[in-house]
Amino acid sequence: MTRAFAWIAFALGAIYFFLPLIGTVEFSLRMLRGQYSFEAYRRVLADPRFLDTLGYSVAMAVATIVFGVLLVVPTAFWVRLKMPRIRPLIEFITLLPLVIPAIVIVFGYIRLFNTSSILPLTGSAMGTNVLLMFGYATLALPYMYRAVDTGLRAIDVRTLTEAAQSLGAGWVTILARLILPNVLVAVLSGAFLTFAIVIGEFTMAALLNRPAFGPYMQLLGANRAYEPAALAVIAFAITWACMGLMQLVTRFQKHTRAQR
Amino acid sequence: MTAIAESPAPRVRAARRPSLVWLGVVPFLAFAFLFLLWPTLYIVVAAFRTPQGDWTLANVLGLFQKSILDAYWISIRISLASAALGCLIGLLVAWAVVLGGLPAWLRGPVMTFSGVASNFAGVPLAFAFLATLGRVGLVTILLRDWFGINIYAMGFNILSFWGLTLVYLFFQIPLMILIITPALDGLKREWREAAAILGASGAQYWRLVALPILFPSLLGCFALLFANSFGAVATAFALTGSSLSIVPILLFAQIRGDVLNDPHLGYALAFGMIVVTALANGLYVWLRLRAERWLK
Amino acid sequence: MPFLEIARLEKSFGALRVVRDFNLAIEKGEFVSLLGPSGCGKTTVLRMVAGFEAPDSGTIRIDGQDVLGLRPNQRSIGMVFQAYALFPNLTVAQNVGFGLKVKGTGRAEMDARVDEMLRLIGLPDLGQRYPFQLSGGQQQRVALARALAPKPQVLLLDEPLSALDAKVRVSLRNEIRAIQRDLGITTLFVTHDQEEALSMSDRVVVMNGGLAEQVGDPHEIYNRPATRFVAQFVGTLNVLEAEVTDPAAGRVRLAGQEIALGRPLPPGRASLALRPEVVSLGPAPGRDLRLAGRIAEVHFLGSVIRMRVAVGSDHVSLDAFNRPDAPPPAVGEAVELSVSPRDLLVLEG
Repeated sequence: MTRAFAWIAFALGAIYFFLPLIGTVEFSLRMLRGQYSFEAYRRVLADPRFLDTLGYSVAMAVATIVFGVLLVVPTAFWVRLKMPRIRPLIEFITLLPLVIPAIVIVFGYIRLFNTSSILPLTGSAMGTNVLLMFGYATLALPYMYRAVDTGLRAIDVRTLTEAAQSLGAGWVTILARLILPNVLVAVLSGAFLTFAIVIGEFTMAALLNRPAFGPYMQLLGANRAYEPAALAVIAFAITWACMGLMQLVTRFQKHTRAQR
Repeated sequence: MTAIAESPAPRVRAARRPSLVWLGVVPFLAFAFLFLLWPTLYIVVAAFRTPQGDWTLANVLGLFQKSILDAYWISIRISLASAALGCLIGLLVAWAVVLGGLPAWLRGPVMTFSGVASNFAGVPLAFAFLATLGRVGLVTILLRDWFGINIYAMGFNILSFWGLTLVYLFFQIPLMILIITPALDGLKREWREAAAILGASGAQYWRLVALPILFPSLLGCFALLFANSFGAVATAFALTGSSLSIVPILLFAQIRGDVLNDPHLGYALAFGMIVVTALANGLYVWLRLRAERWLK
Repeated sequence: MPFLEIARLEKSFGALRVVRDFNLAIEKGEFVSLLGPSGCGKTTVLRMVAGFEAPDSGTIRIDGQDVLGLRPNQRSIGMVFQAYALFPNLTVAQNVGFGLKVKGTGRAEMDARVDEMLRLIGLPDLGQRYPFQLSGGQQQRVALARALAPKPQVLLLDEPLSALDAKVRVSLRNEIRAIQRDLGITTLFVTHDQEEALSMSDRVVVMNGGLAEQVGDPHEIYNRPATRFVAQFVGTLNVLEAEVTDPAAGRVRLAGQEIALGRPLPPGRASLALRPEVVSLGPAPGRDLRLAGRIAEVHFLGSVIRMRVAVGSDHVSLDAFNRPDAPPPAVGEAVELSVSPRDLLVLEG
């Protein structure tokens, strides 16, 4: 009886989640009257703004990941190694972006870093890009930190570090050649998640007026009928690819662990 | 090493060492302060300032007008509903997969899909639901053609409270599945068996043992889901533009300079959002402390 | 009529037959151990009695009633699990009272029973603690009290001592046995520790590969093992390979020495087994059989000196008590062992 109930719960969940996906795919193919076609996709792909904005967002995602890794890995490592007492504080800070709405944070940015402030980041396009990247890093912080910290928990940071130090390695060597390779899988899984978040992000990019993929999708949605469905399918495929890659590296890690 | 006694150098170094250790987290703390804490604090402070820089309560009091209070109220209701339903349904699905005796191979795909769907928020999600449940969406048409049910004639509207809740559940449920699964894995088989052998029914086991043990996790999930939906802008905006009066949309429009003419009311709106999520999380922390007396 | 009767029990997981034709009859108040290595099927038998696994065939009766159709919560069985099965969210008193509470027992009666149980396990003042505030030994005592509180017909113990450290293990096993005797509750105990099984049980079932190899009281199991597996699994055993020279008279050639066992043997080769304690170093009264050997290893353990003596191509372990005035023998020293032919076990198979 338990199992029957479990199947029912699972089936209802599956229906709820698959109907919108099927509906979207079906809708995206309906552009030409009376037949299914890929016309909507053709038009989306033919739109130069599609590639421009997607390219911009991919670049932002990569920059966010690089910055996030450079910020989070040394910090998580240092906290585990030298300052375990302040871990609760660091964890609290990393969880804040889950609680403070992104729109509030970006509102703060706009007022704090405007042209008349001491740090006029919004004054230039490049400065705004950097600010947006910091904003994305903030959004990704909870996931990135958790992933890296979990990865560090799996290795004995202290022993590894002391062993490396006794062999004469400096901090940069330790981080780049010892710690990073050992938490690479964790970093990668955090990176894919970050990528998925940044690619579709709307609020921050829209309010900072950057030509990102999220605002482009919104704009298209407000003006067209069928192309948005095609875009949704494409966005879903991108997200799915990120998660699939994340699973893949995680599985790879388990595999190598088991072999050891 | 005769120099030890007379040389002050080692003492100096020992005294300086703590500050050197602190240096390691300075980049992180600086980043967190500049791009997370300071902007937030700035908003909070600005909510109590006049444009001239004097202290005032007028901005916050300005929130107490019907249209704004209504916006908060519907935001809170949607967040509560989508968090509560998300917790409940997510728990059920996670239970079905982890403990309900479904085939073990199902678990991996469900987890991956949850990872995808919980991140499939925002603009594309709105498109997906418009394509499905919009006026010419697949489900709308199928229901009309096959079953003669016209959901729009029945008063359904994707821009309503229930419509938005239904859409939000698409990322709330998977998020719940992702974060509650480890807690369900933590329920030991021996607890269920011990309860059974002591004469407890399945329902008694859940009421007296499993749910109390899960309670702190469930609370945390609820608080997270609440904040997740309370701050969501993109989905609602893509569904409706700025026509729907929920707080994030109102704030979005205000920042863009579309609607309200009083910039400092915007600070107050944002401050109100912080207060609501802070209250939700404060409540969570308090309940959790009470519920975890039995934890170390 | 036996109180707990298990007959022709069979259970397979996939292609693996974990329990084969298992039969056991336990009298009321008896303490019976299932002893065997991990994977021998002992825990599966216990879980089938509890109702967590359904047998493929066979019957389980408690007090004459077939319980196979009953769910675990209908069987009136008490069970103590390996470790950490206390409900962490409930106090000690609430844990002990759990079985009564789900039965709908009244408050006053429940409190009285909980008090009685806590006194029984010697923890009368810990009722308001949470499990994490208790030591491992205390937790298992509470688990015992929890299992006994609803007055079950049968008590099942699933390796309740294996997660505890050595000292606690010994004291708790005596306590469990004393409480079981006190209450006269029929008990089935699963363990892989032969010392536990021998010291606690009225009878021991030695299991291997899903089969019950031997059922008997501890003295019988130890001294007259029915199979080679039982002989080797229970206690330390020296095995010497011998050639039977005269089957009728029971004469064998062992390490180049002709010895008489005084009882008939099958022809061919024979495996002779010796417990360490039946071997003496040097002559000993009543042990007429002499084996020449050479000391191979000496381990000084304090009160006991454990030695391995090479006898031909085999080795014999034996223990001698420490004597303050004499140093232990040296490795390489030629020695003579004395044994009584009656103590030589002939292993089958």
